[in-house]
Amino acid sequence: MAWIATLLSVNFGLACFRMTIPLLLPAMGGLFSEITGVLNIALEGMMLVGAFTGWYYAYLTHNVWIGVLAAIGAGVLFGLFHAVITVSIGADQIVTALVENMVALGLTSTLLFAATASALGDTSSPILPQMPIPILSKIPVLGPLFFSQDILFYLAVLMIPLSYWVFYKTTWGLSLRSVGEHPIAADTLGIHVLRTRYIGVVISGVLASLGGASLTVGDLHMFVQNMTAGRGFIAFTAIIFGKYRPGLTAAACLLFGVVDAFQLRLQGLGVALPSEMFLMLPYVITLLMLIFVVHSSYRPKAQGVPYIRGQR
Amino acid sequence: MKVKNMGSNKVLNLGFRFARLLAVPIIGILIGFSVGAFFIRALGASPIEAYIVLVQGAFGSLFRLSFTLVLFVPLALSGLAIVLGYRAGVLNIGGEGQIYIAAMFSTWVALHFVHLPQALLVTLSLLAGAIGGALWASLPALLRAYQNINEIVTTLLMNYIGIYICNMSVETFLQEPHSSIPQSAAFPANSYLPILVPHTQIHLGIVIVLILSVLIYFVLWHTSWGYGLRAVGVSRRAAEYGGVNVKTGMLITFLLSGAIAGLAGSITVLGVQHRLMQNFLVNFGYDGIPVALLGALNPFGTLLGALFFGAVLNGAQAMQTAVAVPEPIVYIIEGLTVIAVVVTNTVFARRKMSTPKRGHRSDGMDRNIVVG
Repeated sequence: MAWIATLLSVNFGLACFRMTIPLLLPAMGGLFSEITGVLNIALEGMMLVGAFTGWYYAYLTHNVWIGVLAAIGAGVLFGLFHAVITVSIGADQIVTALVENMVALGLTSTLLFAATASALGDTSSPILPQMPIPILSKIPVLGPLFFSQDILFYLAVLMIPLSYWVFYKTTWGLSLRSVGEHPIAADTLGIHVLRTRYIGVVISGVLASLGGASLTVGDLHMFVQNMTAGRGFIAFTAIIFGKYRPGLTAAACLLFGVVDAFQLRLQGLGVALPSEMFLMLPYVITLLMLIFVVHSSYRPKAQGVPYIRGQR
Repeated sequence: MKVKNMGSNKVLNLGFRFARLLAVPIIGILIGFSVGAFFIRALGASPIEAYIVLVQGAFGSLFRLSFTLVLFVPLALSGLAIVLGYRAGVLNIGGEGQIYIAAMFSTWVALHFVHLPQALLVTLSLLAGAIGGALWASLPALLRAYQNINEIVTTLLMNYIGIYICNMSVETFLQEPHSSIPQSAAFPANSYLPILVPHTQIHLGIVIVLILSVLIYFVLWHTSWGYGLRAVGVSRRAAEYGGVNVKTGMLITFLLSGAIAGLAGSITVLGVQHRLMQNFLVNFGYDGIPVALLGALNPFGTLLGALFFGAVLNGAQAMQTAVAVPEPIVYIIEGLTVIAVVVTNTVFARRKMSTPKRGHRSDGMDRNIVVG
């Protein structure tokens, strides 16, 4: 029965959040792109680039905030790159994004090699400080769980209501969604389709990049080759899982994060089963949920279709 | 502009088409290698020297060439799996998982029917692998065909599960007896794919790849069933209206795509590694996508794309040891090459679409479905 106590502990809750935040940030970002009709499976590569730049600049300057700013900058650049290819040129969104991921892997691995080849010894970076919120952080259990975290945690959690409010309560959100549903109609109403999509994709780049940075400057102090290990893909899955709604998407991220933290704990208990059994658990459960709970998947009607004026 | 002589116009168009077919990848490769050169320079090495080492490493001797070809085989299979699926409107990015499950199936057969003659054992092992790959593709295929659940998401998830299952198998029921290393026992010699060129690693897999590419080309472009499949790839609704059984077509293509991708894994364990190890072939399932794109989603083009990828991958290993340029730089070169190709093709296709259609179009070009 000791293990139940473990699962109910604050530490386990913190572990769940630690697995969830690097999914939540890119997933919330991905929503902004996908709701305008631009699929973004390049979240994986964007995370990788963000994780690297965040670590590298924090390590170089010994200032974690410069790392975060650099990650934002890298996210903007990557977002613009993806937007130029998919929105302006109108190339296939899925395959180009998969190739962009490949470039991101090559880029970060090569730069890591260059950065550490000349460095002697310690290459760890500072990490983001915890920012306890006055009074609230003193609440037992909830305090340490929700109110003594770093800035990326607060940003990720705030993005849930914020994106809901933007998408469904603001005019700008309406134009974001209309561009994804019916770009011709949106264009007729004077909404700049391409610009709107650009903004969506760039926002996804920034948030995915910060999600990657949360792995390095939010957690590990360093960058490891291919360290995102498919988290961007999981975030992409969470969006489809969540039917393009912020709340459900966040729930999907949390589900994956909790199961991931759970399987890590199970491994730690020394059960005599191969570790792969536990490692595959989050993927199996996500797949089962996708089949039995989510089934018919909604998607924006203009998804994957580049908009070319004057063409039906 | 009026052209009076239609005959020479046709020849001209054919020539233009051929030139474009060649020019686009060459432009892409030039862009990829130029950016690569920039990085090599930034790393403090000489790009020209590095690229000479790379080419020598890929083709410099029979031994090096044989290793390029060893990499070519799984890349080509993985690419062909993408081509077949994509033409029928299915994006099977589950090659990674299908490779691992197929290798596991082949391993089981190779280790359990030791006394069969080589021809039979090899055939059975390969067949088992193909079935394994198809089996691993079957769930995403069924969900896509009958429930309309996005195959990209399901295949991605199945990739992780497949890799973990395979890695687990060599710690449990496929592990070498009395060993603690997570790998299978060494295969019996009669399960090896026959070597075609003595003293090299060039094995029968190359022949299998060539036959498969001809078969895929024949089925897609010279049978009515293949025509229907390609119709689904261009427009599902139009194909349905034209009487094509879309669901069955999608399902069968998806399964075949899984089988072909799976063979990449089987052929690697039966032809090269001769035992099953954890993480024995990393990223080759995903690499099929850029390979197929570089080959313009054409079976024969895909062979060239795979040869290019295999050569660069192999050459990069030489480059890393000789001039200390890290191997992952090839992902930048290859990736940018493919992006440049896709972008160029898209721009061409869009320009073609926006030119006013007066009279008939005599270019006779297939509409490029990936970029159109």
